[in-house]
Amino acid sequence: MADFIMPVLGADMKAGELVSWLKQPGDAVQRGEVIAEVETDKAVIEIESMFTGTVENLLLQPGDKVPVGTVMATIQVEGEGPIVAPSAVPPTAESPQRVGRRRETGVPSAAGGRLRISPVAQQLAAEKGVDLSAITGSGPGGRIMERDVEEALTARVPQPPRPPPADRATRMRQSIAAAMSRSHGEIPHFHVQSVIDMSRAIEWLTVENSRRPVAKRMIYGVLLVKAAAVALRKVPELNAVWAEDHVEPKPSIHVGVAISLPGGGLISPAIHDTDLLSLADLMTQFRDLVQRARSGHLRASEISDPTVTVTSLGEQGAETVLGLINPPQVALVGFGRLTERPWVVEGRIEPRKVIHVTLAGDHRAVDGYRGSIYLAELERLLQEPEEL
Amino acid sequence: MSDEELRETVLSILSRLAPEMDVHTLKSDVRLRDQMDIDSMDFLNFLIEVDAELGVDIPESDYPKLATLDSIYAYLREQPRRQA
Repeated sequence: MADFIMPVLGADMKAGELVSWLKQPGDAVQRGEVIAEVETDKAVIEIESMFTGTVENLLLQPGDKVPVGTVMATIQVEGEGPIVAPSAVPPTAESPQRVGRRRETGVPSAAGGRLRISPVAQQLAAEKGVDLSAITGSGPGGRIMERDVEEALTARVPQPPRPPPADRATRMRQSIAAAMSRSHGEIPHFHVQSVIDMSRAIEWLTVENSRRPVAKRMIYGVLLVKAAAVALRKVPELNAVWAEDHVEPKPSIHVGVAISLPGGGLISPAIHDTDLLSLADLMTQFRDLVQRARSGHLRASEISDPTVTVTSLGEQGAETVLGLINPPQVALVGFGRLTERPWVVEGRIEPRKVIHVTLAGDHRAVDGYRGSIYLAELERLLQEPEEL
Repeated sequence: MSDEELRETVLSILSRLAPEMDVHTLKSDVRLRDQMDIDSMDFLNFLIEVDAELGVDIPESDYPKLATLDSIYAYLREQPRRQA
């Protein structure tokens, strides 16, 4: 038996709201298959199973709030033992359930039986000191839901008028505000910058695209993302997370690409194993990711797994990007505008297409010396685009 | 395909790329990038859809000819269509 747990979906994301179950008890499920949809401040996220087996119990209902770390369902695992979900976290103050819980929450009732109650409702009742025996549950089989506890609270204490719920755009800004305030407040940033000659890379791409049908063509941003990923092999301490008081290197390189969203805001989902993908495969995955990010169909692993972030604002006009790191990551690579500039080549001045690239590093985890080596490696890779 | 059908097809593709905006309000003689929040990925997706719906594979060297709606219409009118 294994627990299907609400994963971490961002630096300051504490909870989501269950939108729907895509599987029912008794249904077979494959590892990586989407089981549930959860709405967060940024998007509706598809939560994948980390196990292959059979769904046993669904412990929450659509509309329930789902704090990070909550056990949402149980799965009867086939074959080998359960695989630890990489994004699962220990319970927090907001997490009503311990990670090891395997059955629906039950607390003793006044009659000596077991009350049926949702995890969030139980937590809320405990926090507010609500007498559960006085509540009649409105959920299936008399299950006590969060709304039942809230109603009991409302009846007990005069409540000030609640502000209307924030709309998606407002919640998006609030989410970004929380993450970036944390970044600015906690992370001692340093920035190192280079100007890279992109002429050879652009010429190579032009020739390459001339051989391809339109559906197989690539944008130069793919070269930047691939080079940014491969360069991390030389300075692996940039591909890491900061964990309270030490740096934890990550074995795989999952670049989070910053994607602007319709109506404002952005999200930085991961392209898994970015450095191992061919340029053609990377382009295919990048296109798919942008389309799904903008239509609200990202997967939980794409939100939780980035090990570094790449952002490019050159097409919007910025020449240089001095970014803020997405915690707990320790680095962010920012690309500016591709511009034609006079460039000295072997003693001659020539027009060249150049791009400003900036590395933002967490000085707790890495130093500017290593950051400069990273930029030099990035520049070297972009002079040999056919090798990417 | 009539000119009107061509215009509607192009606008339909653009509306799918930018569902948040009314593409019928776009000025046909003004650069699309000055009127729409589109990047190179959006532009490539537009070209892929044009290829799929109109049978015209536009080479990269012709991208500068596609700055405005008017220039897109003119360009597409002149191109031979790939037979399905």
